[in-house]
Amino acid sequence: MTLLQIRNLEVDFPTRYGPIKVLRGIDLDIEAGERVGIVGESGAGKSMAAFAIMNLISEPGHISAGSVEFEGRDLAKISDEEMRLLRGDRISMIFQDPMMTLNPVLTIGDQMVETLQAHRNISYNEARDLALDKLREVRIPSPEARFDGYPHELSGGLRQRVVIAIALLSDPALIIADEPTTALDVTIQAEILALLLELCREHGAALILITHDLAVVSQVTERIVVMYAGNIIESGSTRKVTDTPSHPYTMGLIAALPEQNAPGTPLNQIRGAMPMMNAVPPGCAFSPRCDYADKKCSTEKPELREVTGRLVACHHASKLKRSRKAGK
Amino acid sequence: MKAPDLAAFLFRRLLQAALVMFVISLVGFSIQDNLGDPLRELVGQSVSEAERDALRDQMGLNDPFLIQYGRFITRAVQGDLGTSYFFKKPALEVILDKFPATFELVLVATCIIIGFSVPLGVYTAIHRDSLITKIIMGFSIIGISVPVFLTAIFAIYIFSVLLGWMPSFGRGDTYALPWGWESGLLTLDGLEHIVLPSIALSSIMLPLFIRLIRAEMMEVLQTEYVKYARAKGLRTRRVRYVHALKNTLIPVVSLGGVKIGTLIAYTILTETVFQWPGMGFLFLEAVNRVDTPLIIAYIIIVGLIFVISNTLVDLIYTWINPTIKFVGGDR
Amino acid sequence: MSTISRILQSDLFYRFSRDKVAMGSALVVMLFVVVAALSPVLAPQNPYDLTQLDILDSELPPRWQDGGDERFLLGTDHQGRDMLSTIMYGTGISLMIGVFAVLLQAFIGISIGLVSGYIGGRVDAFFMRLADIQLSISTLMLAIVALAVFQAAFGSELYQDLSIIMLIMVIGIAEWPQYARTVRASVLAERSKEYVDAARVIGLPKRHIMFRHVLPNTLSPVLVISTVQIAEAIITEASLSFLGLGMPVTQPSLGSLIRSGFEFIFSGTWWITILPSLVLIVLIFSLNLLGDWLRDALNPRLYKKT
Repeated sequence: MTLLQIRNLEVDFPTRYGPIKVLRGIDLDIEAGERVGIVGESGAGKSMAAFAIMNLISEPGHISAGSVEFEGRDLAKISDEEMRLLRGDRISMIFQDPMMTLNPVLTIGDQMVETLQAHRNISYNEARDLALDKLREVRIPSPEARFDGYPHELSGGLRQRVVIAIALLSDPALIIADEPTTALDVTIQAEILALLLELCREHGAALILITHDLAVVSQVTERIVVMYAGNIIESGSTRKVTDTPSHPYTMGLIAALPEQNAPGTPLNQIRGAMPMMNAVPPGCAFSPRCDYADKKCSTEKPELREVTGRLVACHHASKLKRSRKAGK
Repeated sequence: MKAPDLAAFLFRRLLQAALVMFVISLVGFSIQDNLGDPLRELVGQSVSEAERDALRDQMGLNDPFLIQYGRFITRAVQGDLGTSYFFKKPALEVILDKFPATFELVLVATCIIIGFSVPLGVYTAIHRDSLITKIIMGFSIIGISVPVFLTAIFAIYIFSVLLGWMPSFGRGDTYALPWGWESGLLTLDGLEHIVLPSIALSSIMLPLFIRLIRAEMMEVLQTEYVKYARAKGLRTRRVRYVHALKNTLIPVVSLGGVKIGTLIAYTILTETVFQWPGMGFLFLEAVNRVDTPLIIAYIIIVGLIFVISNTLVDLIYTWINPTIKFVGGDR
Repeated sequence: MSTISRILQSDLFYRFSRDKVAMGSALVVMLFVVVAALSPVLAPQNPYDLTQLDILDSELPPRWQDGGDERFLLGTDHQGRDMLSTIMYGTGISLMIGVFAVLLQAFIGISIGLVSGYIGGRVDAFFMRLADIQLSISTLMLAIVALAVFQAAFGSELYQDLSIIMLIMVIGIAEWPQYARTVRASVLAERSKEYVDAARVIGLPKRHIMFRHVLPNTLSPVLVISTVQIAEAIITEASLSFLGLGMPVTQPSLGSLIRSGFEFIFSGTWWITILPSLVLIVLIFSLNLLGDWLRDALNPRLYKKT
């Protein structure tokens, strides 16, 4: 069953010099219980996609076209109150930096109970019991004490566990995690990822994991979506995309991973930088940095097409595939 | 807030308060020592030099500094701050008689400041660019630029002299409460009299606090935790007035503590313009009459009020801000 | 010449010339300064010269009102002094006290701020604690008590002769924490920058680093607060003079002029109080607008921290 169906989603930020498109027409389907990673450089529009699903794009940005259908309803069109009732209930979100996410002046208990009470008629004590259950589930030591404590008394890793517990409070159908481990120590990152994976499986929740770190995605997700300059440029099963990337940009990303490079040699970086969103080149946005680009690439925007079992937005995808195979 | 922490905090606060009071008492004492000749005030010019010296000895005015200071402190602690030359009554009594007038003025002004600055600050932070916001912010710049005594003068000139709507001076009728407190808040006439003075007294603080609350609130509304609160599906009301406002008010309380001294200074100005029979008005009269015991009594009482209210503000601050550890005000 | 062209070509000046509010308020402030400085030449009368006064001219209303006199555009006060001239001289005294008090504040504050920020540790903790206490007592309160005591000690006659100096001293000394905090903050910020490390690495003495390298970089926030500080100092002076603790009526600042007229306000003689009040408000308002603009233009991050 398709849980989330995004069609041609565009997000605009109006400025004095006309609107800037930060999402340039995105199509994305997520099945119930599926775990999908969205990968890309910062500024590629990953987080914007997440906030667009939540209908929480900060002013003056807004969804300018397309639809976000979730459980049969278009989130871009429903009322604010209906959207509010979905947030934190059917769709939960985990933010990047647990040090900044929790309100410093409210107890952890308050921040959990209020979430439950915002969505259903539930007494404080019932909500408290439920919250304590979830704190146990994310393996917070002595949850009763933590419940009455404040965020600043916890380490970053424990705080992110609290945030995960809050995300799970009402058994959501979809959890969106926006760089959930980036702000944490490397040793804690793996623990949190494992916990997230375990809990999503257990509760049958779908997961959108947003990250710039391919290693993180491949640990947790079944499918990868690669974004570049507000577009999806490649999307397919995690295995396929990481083993045999088809878009030159994805290839570059994978070639740049430390484990793909011999020790002592410089990393294979992609030359150049992603364009600013107000100066995206016509045609393929990646073309100025691409080794394979030709005239067509700089004039005609490539659409997502199926190439060997995944979707790729590149005019030369099938050709590249062959030449790469031949080269090896 | 754990009990031992609280005790340690209170202890440090008290120590600091004692230090401030010590400095103030030194100031008070040196004034007493150098201002006017208490003997002349008591006995006049007609007494011979020898008699004077004997009297000086008898009064202990020839004793060493420390002994005199010790005597001053002992008396002060017992509530004996000398006798007012002008009123011929204990200075402390004269001052405390005027305390209710000043207290009620400050109380009403504080209510005005808090009652208006929080909603207006929050409103202007949420509706950043609305017309009402622009009007409020415009008025606040003007408000900050007009000294308190000028607001008071203009208020009198417009509402008393030109329009004749409001009384221009004094407290009006008061009602004596059982414990000897003369209250102007319980009679219609008294209420009418307090309107202009309290508005004048709050006229600089109010825009200052509106601007601060607005700035803080706008910053808080941009934080991750406010965004997260919305992502949790909380109602807008709760996001704004619990998540954002609570964080906004912490620095505001802290500024409130810093501004207590200024507010006391403003009472002197306001009371002078409106001839409000409070402590500040009394103090200026005492200065003009060189009524040394009264001047000292005022400084010491105001010092006490200052220290007590500052400690209270600090307590509130630590109470609403859970992240603060009791470091004794080293914030 | 090169300095002038550098200023004219600077970013700051460009933004300034495009901002009507900033230009307008700067113009008003300039006007006040020039008129006040030239008041001995421009003023129709010397209000300090008793021989020019005629008691028969006292309490004349401004020229446009009934009973106004040709000679006195803005009327006269109860001693028969021309209001226009008195206001011009008074503005000069207010401005002078404001500027000199701020110079003193800046001197004391910058010194303490530099020492505090650079030495750190206990010295820093001591000064900043002192600054906290001093700020919460408030300049005005401190000045009122100090001047009240002085006045009572010296007697009002001697005090009148000393009042300008006393006001400058008291306002100058009492407001040091503003500067000290600002300078300290920027010293701390600058100290962690690489060029200071570099200077230390090549073995420059501490004092040299402090005055040659760190101090110049703290000047922009100092400039930012100075305009507002002058406005504050003028308000403080006016308040003190209004209370009778500042300038005497014989040599009035705007504040003492307002005080001298206040007792007549109920008898309808409004101009002695209201006119200098308006001048004072316009002056402070312009300074505040200019200060606000400078603060936004030079350092947006500083905006919140007042």
